[in-house]
Amino acid sequence: MSEANIRSPRLREVFRRCHSEDRSALIGYLTAGDPDRETSLTLLQALAAQTDILEIGMPFSDPMADGPVIQAASERALAAGAHTEDVFTLTRAVREAHPDLGIVLMGYANIPYAMGFDAFAKKAKESGADGALLVDIPPEEGAICDDALAAHDLDRILLLSPTSPDERIHLAYAKGSGFIYYVSLTGITGADMGDMSEIRDKVMHIKELGNLPVCVGFGIKTPAQAAQVAAFSDGVVVGSHFVAQIANATNTCGICDSVSSSAEEMRQAIAAAT
Amino acid sequence: MSTSRPDDIRLQSDMHYNLNIEHMPDAGGHFGRFGGRFAAETLMRPLKEIEDAFFEAWSDPTFHAERIDLLKNYVGRATPLYHAKRLSRENGGARIYLKREDLNHTGAHKINNTIGQGLLARRMGKKKVLAETGAGQHGVATATVAALFGMQCDIYMGREDVERQMPNVLRMRLLGANVIPVNSGTATLKDAVNEALRNWVASCEDTFYIFGTAAGPHPFPLMVRQFHAVIGQEARAQIIEQAGRLPDVAVACVGGGSNAMGMLHPFRDDPVKLVAVEAAGHGLESGEHAASLAAGKPGILHGNLTYLLEDIEGQIQGTHSISAGLDYPGVGPELADMLETKRLTLDAATDDEALASLQLLTRTEGIIPALESSHALAAGLRIAGSMNQDEIVAINLSGRGDKDMNTVFKYLGWVENTS
Repeated sequence: MSEANIRSPRLREVFRRCHSEDRSALIGYLTAGDPDRETSLTLLQALAAQTDILEIGMPFSDPMADGPVIQAASERALAAGAHTEDVFTLTRAVREAHPDLGIVLMGYANIPYAMGFDAFAKKAKESGADGALLVDIPPEEGAICDDALAAHDLDRILLLSPTSPDERIHLAYAKGSGFIYYVSLTGITGADMGDMSEIRDKVMHIKELGNLPVCVGFGIKTPAQAAQVAAFSDGVVVGSHFVAQIANATNTCGICDSVSSSAEEMRQAIAAAT
Repeated sequence: MSTSRPDDIRLQSDMHYNLNIEHMPDAGGHFGRFGGRFAAETLMRPLKEIEDAFFEAWSDPTFHAERIDLLKNYVGRATPLYHAKRLSRENGGARIYLKREDLNHTGAHKINNTIGQGLLARRMGKKKVLAETGAGQHGVATATVAALFGMQCDIYMGREDVERQMPNVLRMRLLGANVIPVNSGTATLKDAVNEALRNWVASCEDTFYIFGTAAGPHPFPLMVRQFHAVIGQEARAQIIEQAGRLPDVAVACVGGGSNAMGMLHPFRDDPVKLVAVEAAGHGLESGEHAASLAAGKPGILHGNLTYLLEDIEGQIQGTHSISAGLDYPGVGPELADMLETKRLTLDAATDDEALASLQLLTRTEGIIPALESSHALAAGLRIAGSMNQDEIVAINLSGRGDKDMNTVFKYLGWVENTS
């Protein structure tokens, strides 16, 4: 694993630390403002305590790449009155409590586009984010955001998928930074994982073609799956599994406990993986 | 006295279509600063495959031979261009010509595109097609082509549209399609697109997404425009044959922009005023409308950068129009570019205006237009009213009104309003 193209010192340090501990990073996802501002802060802090990198989702009315679980998270957050500003406020609060945590803002192009990518990158940086993952801005359309993110030393995290041919893998290495987010399945977030050996083969192939950490997400729901993925990746992304706890729980305390304990299970499984 | 054979009366049966692609976007599918391919990574390769297949097919005469044969003998093209004399007289002002897309098989222009994309899907070896639909016209046209080509067909439709367009839902089922109601978001067309995209991501290996409007990620805006170009190309030839000259104004309604691009684009390099009519719903000032170009701002949704109805933070807003086919918060990127470069004139019609013009056309000409097309008619009549008798307005009558009868009867108070 190389760290040639990681802009954020924190992300660089996260992957260095994990590497020295001979383990994969645990990356957790929650949507900001879900189910409301206050609970969201508690949940993000709880997940931050168990993870190496936190992905903070920016609520959007039309989350095209997400399955029902994360769609519902956006709907709950927006129904509770979430604003883009809350994403930064929550990010800042998490950053203050967790100075070494990697933080990535994740979401759809139209939210940063509406505020302007320069303003977005500036606020993201000021609030303590390390990078941005914008699902519907592929490298080909990077002209609208690349300079702004680079100017604020934010990593531009790009996705690869089972349908990405070699030329797109090279493109992701050329235009992306921080880490590669490998989407383990041709589907939406929260769907069932595909064949593990196929995922491993593709991840190994991607790693051969460049030098960024390669993290794997979409569909990882059990500690056993997390451990399997950890064995061949630099990071394991868990999203829908945590978000689902919010939909299922009845009170703040309960949600917080279940997110926290399931994150801990994931963390232990990854640490034990070889 | 012998009667001579009327050799001079000739039915126009052969139409020559221009197969050059005029006004190409750049290699990334951008029309000026609009368009592009803002898609998730998983869709980038399938979209490129469609792009490559489209350009390859478009340069193949056998593709067009089959497409145009189906357009003639299956769809019933060329559709007439009809000089609506009684309507023109009643309205006053310019002569009004109607491009009769309502006479196509399945009752609207939508089938021009589904024939094209269906042939492309078959050429690419896909076994299944999926599509979104608003009013149900694109869904019916897709289900029709799926039946014709023996393909499996899934149609995503907002739950609200399922309820207000039940006859089309039943037609799709009869045609063998699986209609999937979409409950997320506002449960209308935009959410149907989201759901169709989500399902296409998971099935793109063997499934072709037949996109219904001249929007979405590249190559859909270009491809849909090209498949609908038959509308304006025919209208152009027909008006020259009938009136000896080009129209002064060409008018079409705009939801996403498929019939508008089809009708207006072939006149783009002519001295013809091009008017796109958006749905003003309860009035532009009411906030309850679907006028993305008039009241929206640039943003990114459904794979392209274009004008969108959204709040200040970029959350997409719910829209309102009495016509389900115009009830969409975005618009095709090339229309956005044509507006910014001042090649397009914007107009709008309210629910009430559309219904009034629907009734006027029905009573003066015996033609019941779709509610969508009635928006084009309302603005077209207004424009024609301020022009001279020797001037010409050509209006695209994009579909027939059968599917809307329940909505119209409720509006007129002839049946109980249960919704």
